[in-house]
Amino acid sequence: MRLVVVGLGPTAHRLTETLVERGFSGTITVMGEEPRPAYDRVALTSYLSGRTVEDLTYPVPDGVTLRLGGRVTAIDRERRTVTTEAGETEPYDVLVLATGSAPFVPPVPGRDLPGCFVYRTIEDLDAIREASRGAGAGIVIGGGLLGLEAADALRGLGLETHVVEMSKWLMPRQVDEGGGSLLRHHIEALGLTIHTGAGVTAIEAGPDGRVARLVKPDGEVIEAGVVVFSAGVRPRDELARACGLEVGERGGVVVDEGMRTSDPRVYAIGECALAGGMVYGLVGPCFAQAEVAADRILGGPAVFEGADMSTKLKLLGVEVAQFGAMSGALDVTYMDPVAGIYKRLFISDDAKTLLGGICVGDAGPYSALRPFVGKALPAAPHDLLFAGAGSAQLDLPDDAQVCSCNNVTKGRICSAIADKGLTDVQGIKDCTRAGTTCGSCVPMLKQLLVTSGVEVSKALCEHFTYSRAELFDIVLVRGITTFSQLIAEHGSGRGCDICKPAVASILASLGNGHILDGEQAALQDTNDHFLANIQKNGTYSVVPRIPGGEITPEKLIVIGEVARDFGLYTKITGGQRIDLLGARVEQLPRIWRRLVDAGFESGHAYGKALRTVKSCVGSTWCRYGVQDSVGLAIALELRYRGLRSPHKLKAAVSGCARECAEARSKDFGVIATEQGWNLYVGGNGGFRPRHADLLAADLSTDDLVRAIDRFLMFYIRTADRLQRTAAWLESLDGGLDYLRAVIVDDSLGICADLDAQMERHVATYADEWRAAIEDPEKLRRFVSFVNAPDVPDPSISFETERDQIKPVFIPLEVAPR
Amino acid sequence: MTVLETAPLAGRREWTQVCPYTELLPERGVAVLVDGRQVAVFRTFDGALYALGNHDPFSGAYVLSRGIVGTRNGEPTVASPMHKQVFSLVTGVSVDDPDIAVPTYPVRVTDGNVEVSVA
Repeated sequence: MRLVVVGLGPTAHRLTETLVERGFSGTITVMGEEPRPAYDRVALTSYLSGRTVEDLTYPVPDGVTLRLGGRVTAIDRERRTVTTEAGETEPYDVLVLATGSAPFVPPVPGRDLPGCFVYRTIEDLDAIREASRGAGAGIVIGGGLLGLEAADALRGLGLETHVVEMSKWLMPRQVDEGGGSLLRHHIEALGLTIHTGAGVTAIEAGPDGRVARLVKPDGEVIEAGVVVFSAGVRPRDELARACGLEVGERGGVVVDEGMRTSDPRVYAIGECALAGGMVYGLVGPCFAQAEVAADRILGGPAVFEGADMSTKLKLLGVEVAQFGAMSGALDVTYMDPVAGIYKRLFISDDAKTLLGGICVGDAGPYSALRPFVGKALPAAPHDLLFAGAGSAQLDLPDDAQVCSCNNVTKGRICSAIADKGLTDVQGIKDCTRAGTTCGSCVPMLKQLLVTSGVEVSKALCEHFTYSRAELFDIVLVRGITTFSQLIAEHGSGRGCDICKPAVASILASLGNGHILDGEQAALQDTNDHFLANIQKNGTYSVVPRIPGGEITPEKLIVIGEVARDFGLYTKITGGQRIDLLGARVEQLPRIWRRLVDAGFESGHAYGKALRTVKSCVGSTWCRYGVQDSVGLAIALELRYRGLRSPHKLKAAVSGCARECAEARSKDFGVIATEQGWNLYVGGNGGFRPRHADLLAADLSTDDLVRAIDRFLMFYIRTADRLQRTAAWLESLDGGLDYLRAVIVDDSLGICADLDAQMERHVATYADEWRAAIEDPEKLRRFVSFVNAPDVPDPSISFETERDQIKPVFIPLEVAPR
Repeated sequence: MTVLETAPLAGRREWTQVCPYTELLPERGVAVLVDGRQVAVFRTFDGALYALGNHDPFSGAYVLSRGIVGTRNGEPTVASPMHKQVFSLVTGVSVDDPDIAVPTYPVRVTDGNVEVSVA
């Protein structure tokens, strides 16, 4: 079967992704009008705050052919072909229209002037950014969801921003007048000017022929160099109209419950489709339509039964949520203008059924209550106003929809938990897709795990009932400095290979001297115990620190000589340094004597600690570089060297947006901009790669360092044992916004403590290897056999491969019991 | 100092002196070479001594002496530094796979010196 899809937005992407996942056997060709693959339009605004097109772009499913940059201009339903602008034709057996919608631009005089824009594509945003330079002020026409997004973007571009809305209050489709007025207060406090109940008489040009001002019907004039229209959208049904498919009176391609148009070979999905008399503009219902169409194309019986239009979002820092109906016989309203919170629930006339609700300023009740729409009230209404994560447990019915983006019910999640033995939110995400789009249901998923009887034990091991984060607080608050005291007062037994290194790391993070001092030595894993990395044959590797990957020829020669003299295997690591492998324990002090004398320090390759800060060559040499990435990488590596953490830390600095240092695959990555530095956090390579998220943009070097200080210290305080920053960030309730609130806005009031802890670390850092070779007590451990200190381990032997040593395979002799 | 023993005295054991008791750190092990055999000697928190074969049957490397000493349900244990399988210091049996065990050896302290017997 030849399937052709016209349009390449998120809905078309979801269709092709679903078909490929489910093993569709035909060919799929997607005709896209934009010059690039599908991208996440919901996150479009983040493009202006530093996310790149690549970040937003969806991966192209295997086997799908994309035809980009060629608008389809005609459909011939008899010959079953589509034709592009360029005159190319593409035959189909089944056609899917996913043409989306076009912004509605009201017919006001001056709407075509240079400086007038719409807000839908990457190209629109590029043009707005360009026009904003020196524009002074900007106006958004339309105060709905998208209009406020656009207003946030203009504000982010440094424009004095006005919003002009026809209706009496903002976001009239999502909130009522009370919520709208509260929202207005929030937004005005940010410095935006709101004009409600206001039309537009004309947009007028200045002497240069570009937009200069907007005239309102009341005669008021707003001076501005940029105007963005965001006054709603219209379905793009012109292709369907031209080829004779049935379209609705007010637009939209008419489809049946299987998303099929009046031609059985043609489907329509997403914002161009009129399903059950409705055009859906939210991503959740559009995805549901894509999945129904995919199922039908595969011969299935799926039906689109309409969709929940509930929304929860954060606009200009304000949480706004709406679910179910926006009116009802009875309502319960809570309004706190001081805290800026408005909540209203609508209830049936018998006061038994929840009909819907509106929240502004605190969307807490949304996740908990949305599944109860149309169902019996789960608690007294005034309690429900304050329902949210962590509040009273609400007993959901099985058919309640928990994830509205992906239409996943509680029943499906619970059976996935039971049948597949899931124990964490990630498992639920992988298995059901719940929580993978907007993430607002993640707190619910956690609760379902608990109510399903999954013991989410936070106990570190059999010796401590506390989590690592709790132990960290105990150690910090009680001022505990030894494992023995901690386990005697707060644990049981004598510890194990899980809790001992974890506690050793906590003690080291809080600065308790050398990791091999006194009792601490017994807590360390073999790598920390010998300050080197154990290899498969029981030998160790040595990795001297090479900050930022910058090294002099003299130092390179020393590494080469040491490797040659001790017969070590050498390899360049991924972190821009050199690994020397095959050292026996008794060789380590002699190797390090040579390295320390030449000015090298421990690279902490053996520790759960900062490893490297990788860098590109930067503006000093590179013709594209905009900042000195090597200089910053060295400064950061020297600042954080020796910092012990729940897991290893990797970092990088790139000198320009080309990102040659691959900073976004690191725990913290810095990318230079014309204005300063962008800071990304929570990236990972490895088993489950993750791009780091933009935490803050265009920082000065001082602000950057302060943000990294706090990020690292907050991570060290609160992460689980062996939890990398990527998993930690994903597990934070509130995610990146919460992290930003804690370390930028100091919402927990702990930033001064975090800063002081990092200052203490920096002030007390000392090279572990120098301290070890200067202390005879510490050197005593570096022998293969205590009763034969001069005898090398006879089980270790090497052969030669590619002119270097290689361990000889040790045959396994398993002693039966 | 008291004499510490973890294995019953056999008739005529050969004891090999390996190091002063004070050489051993609490909750840490050392490797010793006795008649060509690698033995891992451990001192637990309460001062008791244990000796196991140094060979880790899971990885094939001679490294058990470098593992972390602790307890499992009150029984003293060592975890292999290679892949963290845990062995009882008392019986040598793997806690993770009871079909696998490492040899145990008698160990004692005489006049402040640690002695191991492999025969």
